[in-house]
Amino acid sequence: MAKTYYDPADLRKFGKITEWNEELGTKFFDYYNSVFEEGHLSAREKSLIALAVAHTIQCPYCIDAYTGDGLQRGITKEEMMESLHVAGAIRGGASLVHGVQMMNKVNKLEM
Amino acid sequence: MLSKSLKRRESELANTKRQLEILSNGIFQDGELPKFNDKIAESQQFPLKANLLEILQINVGYMCNQVCEHCHVDAGPDRKEIMTRETMLQCLEVIKKTGAHTLDLTGGAPEMNPNFRWFVEEAAKAGIKDFIVRSNLTIIRANKKYHDLPEFFKKHNIHVVSSMPHWTRGKTDKQRGDGVFDKSIQALKDLNAVGYGIPDSPLKLDLVYNPSGAFLPGDQASLEKEFKKALLEDFNIQFHNLFAITNLPISRFLDYLIASENYEDYMYQLVDAFNPAAVANVMCTNTLSVSWDGYLYDCDFNQMLNLKVNSKVKHIKDYNEALLTGRTVVTSQHCYGCTAGAGSSCQGVVA
Repeated sequence: MAKTYYDPADLRKFGKITEWNEELGTKFFDYYNSVFEEGHLSAREKSLIALAVAHTIQCPYCIDAYTGDGLQRGITKEEMMESLHVAGAIRGGASLVHGVQMMNKVNKLEM
Repeated sequence: MLSKSLKRRESELANTKRQLEILSNGIFQDGELPKFNDKIAESQQFPLKANLLEILQINVGYMCNQVCEHCHVDAGPDRKEIMTRETMLQCLEVIKKTGAHTLDLTGGAPEMNPNFRWFVEEAAKAGIKDFIVRSNLTIIRANKKYHDLPEFFKKHNIHVVSSMPHWTRGKTDKQRGDGVFDKSIQALKDLNAVGYGIPDSPLKLDLVYNPSGAFLPGDQASLEKEFKKALLEDFNIQFHNLFAITNLPISRFLDYLIASENYEDYMYQLVDAFNPAAVANVMCTNTLSVSWDGYLYDCDFNQMLNLKVNSKVKHIKDYNEALLTGRTVVTSQHCYGCTAGAGSSCQGVVA
């Protein structure tokens, strides 16, 4: 067993998950590849969404993959950082919006 | 930012034998990654053969006004290798008799060769269908004596192919040097002003995009769309096509990969992206590269690794189409750069 949970070299082996369940693995990668094709959203926009989501779910493989993908697409570091702030704002907002619940509770309980 | 070539710095990578050792050792020696010839053999494409010549690429010298970090030529102001008029005359003999449809002048900054204009004037008389000059753009603004280059190019119906690593200042200057972006923008405006790059204009202006780091180029058509939109909106600049070219792991780019500890990951990227369909159209199958001193190579990259053609004919003065056609292309692991993804050549993607 590896001494660490994450190894950057494992990212290249992602496709191997198909070996232990070909049907579902293939379905997943077909779906995955379709998702990132040009559609109503451009592949470029989808790459930035993926980067922001990768940081939200804190997946090191995804961060590695979509930082590289962004560079290949010519996405600038400024654009990447802005997309992360969208993730950060939603994450922070998700905590703070519950503040209303806290305020409601305080208002109900306090005399 | 770099100011001197590897050669001037007496770097061990200025030695082409050392570069070839690196490209065959380590991950390729211990079998972690397959060697290029073994890889193409898997798809029955070994050995790679050169077909009839279509593109004659002539490197008129390694001198350049820029010292770009990724330069595979190791070009710069300190490089003194310049093609003489005598060698140019030998090239002209071949240009006159070859059936090649494209003549491609490169460098360094080809315009810095003192015989550049004479050579262009003489070569243009041969009436080759597509006459390319690879211009780094900034040379046009580098000195007053170059300011009229757009008019000169126009007069001889030159197809201008220019480097532009990004549509933003930051990324461009990081790869090519401070101030390069602004000078390039001005040069593109100068070229547009005489009719280059305008839709439907016969004066062809194409841009070359190289990634500014240890990653592969993205989809050429998408990048072209981004470049066109940004350059038009921000600077009212137009151009025809974008060629996305992969950086090959040689010379200064190899030096950068090793120094930044990206070498192995980059080679993995190239090998993982290997595309057998790109092999059939790699440029060495229809190109011949001539060095400043007249020697012949399968491509400009092999020229920089001093891998001369595998033929009895090794010099332009002895040019013999029958002997050169069908020769086996000389390869090493840098060749993975031309077969990754959609493939890469001096004319962009190949698959």
